[in-house]
Amino acid sequence: MFKYILKRLGIAVVTIWLIATLTFFLMNMVPGGPFLSEKAVSPAAMAALEAKYGLDKPLLQQYVTYIGDALHGDFGDSLKQRGRTVTSIIATKFPVSARIGGLAVLAAFCIGVPLGCISAMNRGKLGDSIIIVIATCGIAVPSFVICTVLMYTFGVRLGWLPTLGLGSWKHYIMPVTALAFYPTAYITRLMRSSMLDVLGQDYMRTARAKGVSQFASLFKHALRNAILPVVTYLGPLLAYTVTGSFIVEKIFTIPGLGGEFIGSITNRDYTVIMGTTIFLATLMILMNVVVDIVYKLVDPRIKLK
Amino acid sequence: MKENPNPLSFQARINPDDFLPASNEEKQSLVIMRESVSFWKDGVRRFRKNKVAMVSLAVVILIMIFSFVVPFFYPYTYEQQIRGSEHLAPMQYSEQEQELRASGEHVFPHILGTDKLGRDYAIRVMMGSRISLIVGLVAAVIILVIGSAFGSIAAFFGGWVDILMMRVVDIIYTIPDILLIVLLSFALKAPLEALGMMPGFKWIQLLGRNLISIFIVFALLYWGGMARMVRSQILTLKESEYVTAARALGAGTARIIKKHLLTNCIGTLIVTTTLQIPSSIFTESFLSFLGLGVAVPMPSLGSLASDAINGINTYPHLLFIPAALISLIILSFNLLGDGLRDAFDPKMKN
Amino acid sequence: MSEYLVSIEHERLSFFTPAGEVKALNDVSFYISEGEVLGIVGESGSGKSVTAYSLMGLTAHPGKLLGGTLDFNGHRVNDMTEKEFRKMRGNEVSIIFQDPMTSLNPVYTIGNQIREALKLHTDKNKAERQARAIELLELVGINEPEKRLKQYPHELSGGMRQRVMIAIALACEPKLLIADEPTTALDVTIQAQILELMMELKDKLGMAIMMITHDLGVVASMCDHIAVMYAGNIVEYGTTDDIFYNPKHEYTKGLLRSIPRMDSREHERLVPIEGTPVDLLNPPKGCPFASRCDNCMQICLREKAPVTHFGDIHYTSCWMNQKAELEGGEEK
Repeated sequence: MFKYILKRLGIAVVTIWLIATLTFFLMNMVPGGPFLSEKAVSPAAMAALEAKYGLDKPLLQQYVTYIGDALHGDFGDSLKQRGRTVTSIIATKFPVSARIGGLAVLAAFCIGVPLGCISAMNRGKLGDSIIIVIATCGIAVPSFVICTVLMYTFGVRLGWLPTLGLGSWKHYIMPVTALAFYPTAYITRLMRSSMLDVLGQDYMRTARAKGVSQFASLFKHALRNAILPVVTYLGPLLAYTVTGSFIVEKIFTIPGLGGEFIGSITNRDYTVIMGTTIFLATLMILMNVVVDIVYKLVDPRIKLK
Repeated sequence: MKENPNPLSFQARINPDDFLPASNEEKQSLVIMRESVSFWKDGVRRFRKNKVAMVSLAVVILIMIFSFVVPFFYPYTYEQQIRGSEHLAPMQYSEQEQELRASGEHVFPHILGTDKLGRDYAIRVMMGSRISLIVGLVAAVIILVIGSAFGSIAAFFGGWVDILMMRVVDIIYTIPDILLIVLLSFALKAPLEALGMMPGFKWIQLLGRNLISIFIVFALLYWGGMARMVRSQILTLKESEYVTAARALGAGTARIIKKHLLTNCIGTLIVTTTLQIPSSIFTESFLSFLGLGVAVPMPSLGSLASDAINGINTYPHLLFIPAALISLIILSFNLLGDGLRDAFDPKMKN
Repeated sequence: MSEYLVSIEHERLSFFTPAGEVKALNDVSFYISEGEVLGIVGESGSGKSVTAYSLMGLTAHPGKLLGGTLDFNGHRVNDMTEKEFRKMRGNEVSIIFQDPMTSLNPVYTIGNQIREALKLHTDKNKAERQARAIELLELVGINEPEKRLKQYPHELSGGMRQRVMIAIALACEPKLLIADEPTTALDVTIQAQILELMMELKDKLGMAIMMITHDLGVVASMCDHIAVMYAGNIVEYGTTDDIFYNPKHEYTKGLLRSIPRMDSREHERLVPIEGTPVDLLNPPKGCPFASRCDNCMQICLREKAPVTHFGDIHYTSCWMNQKAELEGGEEK
């Protein structure tokens, strides 16, 4: 196990380095730069700015400097937000996104798994049809539509929920709902098909032949086998969701990492782009390792290589 | 000799002829063979029986007619701004139009009203769904071609080629796609514009630079899933006993690929491609929301919806119509894909 | 109710599939006394397993019992509720399935799965259950039981897993053990071991066994009675000697001709039964075996044969026997 984690970490470091390199050069290849959009910047001031951040040096040298600093944990200062380091930006924005995203994934899991089970157990009956129709509709609605519909109905028309910011627990309801919508529907469908598969397995028949009740056999024998695909999906989902959704953050004016990231790309805030990309990639890879380990814990047949 | 206990009850019904041997033909006539159907016929039969899938197929066809055929007969065009007709509610006429109508002329109604620039919304929605459908279909084909080529090459060569190629897929998966999309669409702006100026590349201008860069983005980013699926499919098939059996019988590689691998993969390929269409439409609508979708004045369902968000309190129908249509398109393609899977995936049989 | 442990009379069962009604069982009757071994022989789809499952209330989804009575150990199985079935399954009647590779839950240890049956049907405490599980593994001939209990199914071989299945089945000392092709998926050498184990355990514990198989060799060595099934009918029933030395139904004769015999002359050929099994969606109105029968007669095409008895036990439904009787009441 320990050896496995070590090996995975080694691969992770290489992958992150590759991603950082790719991002760095791609970002610099794209025409335009961080200071172009600012008005009334004289060529001299521009040169001074570029010199300050080392942007006047050859690309390769910039790259080497960046990687060197990054290895020491220094991801540089933001080019656009004066006086803030990339690390501090991520440290303030990530928790906001993580709270909403974490709640959304939790909600999606807690609703999707039972719904999928109920649907599979009642295969072909009315309840199954209703759940599957709702879930299929759920994966068919783009998130900005959900956001605006929620906002329009509960925020504007009914006035039940606050629409901006994150002041109280009430503020969380709409963004979390909007974020949880798609994954809930997806997990429901995933759980249903995997549950149907498991219910047809011979060991389920063995359990019934032993005298286990249908309910108990579902919980003890089927769930643990059927949940595996959901676990696989949950890893990347968690990584994506906790780093914030641009759309949800924009519509509900939430100061999260998702909005920050898109903002940095359009502004060409090179250091923030690099920092956030590396952060996202690391999280993603970490989640995948966690998924593999959880998988191993749930299914003893899996050998970690 | 023992007395037969009940010979009479039988003798009443049976005459000696009954114990004559039956001929082979007579015996065979008993065998009612269930007609043996080919994989495809069986699939089509099952697909036809699936009501949900048939309804979604009908909806898809209807939407296609709506977005590709109807606009030719429609009196307005998507970029035509009618002065004085801004922000009309559905079926409402502007003052000028009412005057025209009063003077006895026929004015085609704005079925879905008009937008803030006085453009007929119905035709914009039709054009929008045309763009969304084109994006979905073309992207799905691009992904199918690149993904299956990449996946099958990796699976066929195996070894370090396979490892390397799959690493590439992993990396593309791990890079935040939004970063690549945004950077690429910026990066592609200048070269595509330049290319559009060249003779022979006029079609780029016609299609719109953004649309092309969306296709390129799809081509570069989203084939990973397809590649993984094709690879695993081929790897499983390569190991399967019937392929070994075919090889043992002396079948050549070409024949094995054609006869066994392709026919067994194709069901899954069709299904995955169908399910790819809604996800591409989804992504396009998201890009439009970011302002990276198709160029104005060309509408897509995503851009129509995102344009309408600001005015949602006063003109909610401008948002709800395209939003509902996107959802309907995605829903019917999803259901269609599910239906195809149930019908054509050999593993899902019975 | 009756002196038998199991008595099934005129059972009819169909599966209502989208393609139509599949008549899986047509008038099936047989009896098993306590401690008796009954072999049910027939090809795939002849209704062997369906009969056994219906006795345990395990009939799969579109299946429906249409008629007949099923009695087991004093219960009228027909009107049992799911709750009553649960009390009975694994306790009074147990089953071993064909494929030990897939019949054990891959995510739980062997011990967990054996103890589960004990937990459901006995009031033993944890320590007692563990002790009983060890005892059971020893009983089925698995060495180092304590270690095995902690292992997962994938860590054991096929024969080993089937032994575990038997241990689970015997955990509560059932009165009847249903063995649904218990050796089909195993190597030949392992097959013999498992069969031997079952016979040994039968002698030790005294339960009745319903042995479902398509392998005549298996039934020959262990069964008291044999029922031969074809297309949802019992076409011949008798003691093992009746079936092997005095077969009366053309299908039984065909089956016997198709197996190799130790005492056969050198160049004697095996004779396969030609043709394919009937389609139960459209069962023929005459004898189901008619189309494959070498001695098929006109009446066979038209009408089902009535039962002909030979002594107390042995009976068959074949027009050939009726013909023989009519032609002069030949001695049985």
